[in-house]
Amino acid sequence: MAEKQAPVAKSSNFIKAVFAIAWKDLAAELRSRELLSAMLVFGMLVILIFNFALKLDAKTRITATSGILWVTFTFAGTLGLNRSMAVEKDRGCLDGLLLAPVDRSSIYFGKLLSNLAFMFIVEAIVLPLYSLLYNVNLFNPGLLLVILLGSVGYIAIGTLLSAMAVQTRTRDVMLPILLFPVIIPVVVAAVEASGGYLQGMDISELRYWINLLLVYDVIFIAIAFMVFDYVVEE
Amino acid sequence: MIEVRKLVKRFGLKTVLRGLDFQVEQGEFVALLGPNGAGKTTFLRILATLSRPSLGEIRVAGFGLPHQAAQVRQKLGVVSHMPLLYGDLTAEENLRFFGQMYNVNVLNQRIGEVLDLVGLTSRRRDLVRTFSRGMQQRLAIGRAVLHDPEVMLFDEPHTGLDQDACDMLDKVLRDVAARGRTVVMTSHDLARVEDLATRYDVLSKGIISATSKKSELKSGNILTFYKKALAGENG
Repeated sequence: MAEKQAPVAKSSNFIKAVFAIAWKDLAAELRSRELLSAMLVFGMLVILIFNFALKLDAKTRITATSGILWVTFTFAGTLGLNRSMAVEKDRGCLDGLLLAPVDRSSIYFGKLLSNLAFMFIVEAIVLPLYSLLYNVNLFNPGLLLVILLGSVGYIAIGTLLSAMAVQTRTRDVMLPILLFPVIIPVVVAAVEASGGYLQGMDISELRYWINLLLVYDVIFIAIAFMVFDYVVEE
Repeated sequence: MIEVRKLVKRFGLKTVLRGLDFQVEQGEFVALLGPNGAGKTTFLRILATLSRPSLGEIRVAGFGLPHQAAQVRQKLGVVSHMPLLYGDLTAEENLRFFGQMYNVNVLNQRIGEVLDLVGLTSRRRDLVRTFSRGMQQRLAIGRAVLHDPEVMLFDEPHTGLDQDACDMLDKVLRDVAARGRTVVMTSHDLARVEDLATRYDVLSKGIISATSKKSELKSGNILTFYKKALAGENG
């Protein structure tokens, strides 16, 4: 006879599992600092290299800033996404997660939360550093909103694709190959909206790009929610 | 407790399991024997809901697979040759994490009981990456029994363990079986299996080619039984 859980108990288990996975990732990272240190060092190096390579004047600095920032976030984020799933796969822990009697999309949302936390930590360190190096004020609420929305879209699809890529032998190169073409609309919208805010444009002029980011965030999360079970199963 | 009928598993053009039938009663300890590549791990992964069958009917603890996979997982404890534990968490943190995933009630008390069972109470606050392979495997068993499952699947649990660690693991396995759980274990170590299991099944060429209860075999005859099964002379 099949046991049927009440919807409230089921959703409570789901939320509990999501936060347990996110907590587990954060606690493990706090001890090892493998993932964050790699992302941070990489992010800082990208900013430094652009700083020396481009030699921007005050005017072009403003226009180039959004592009440089999103290149930094995207590449550093890829490192983190790859590592986050590789840790699960290498010690067989992904099987441990898949054996748990919870809706498997809770694994996706747990990893999404922890990956987002890592991304935000990197951004919180990279942004002030960029401000110092390039002498550009980045503490604009509109810009921070765009970074939030862009990061959610990027990590939402990145977490799904990293679960797919980690099953392949060439997982390190597979993730960027899968991820970058899919993420183009989010990066374009994020760069355009960020650039607009930095140039002092009004929110009404940037509504199109913000809406695009919102739509992609919702679509990516919905797709991942629907297909994650099939992605992780043999 | 476990019923499998005409199970087929294909990977692309390769057929690993070819209409396998298998049945286990409650409380039985079945050793699944067979050469490398026979499909033992594939079979256990299907029972564990980690892999989908291509064809066939499977029921575990009254639930059908793959449609009632979540209910089956609640009744299952799985130990493989990989510990499925997080090295950067302590033993206690690992058990707490999996306890939350399995929605275990009175978790603190249960963690204490499980650590006692596997003899790791004194190391509960140590990081798992500092554990020996044997200790990790004992903790892996602790993780698998944390939610008090009715069915336990062991996939080569002795792999990579030294003699002392194997003996310690056997003690835990006996304890697990003595609590009335149904156990299916794959192994290459016939002497060890002969001692632990109550029934021996040989998986060869994608089917169960022979089966024997412990009471039907004379002590020390498991090797003869196994060789004959592979040669197709019994079953």
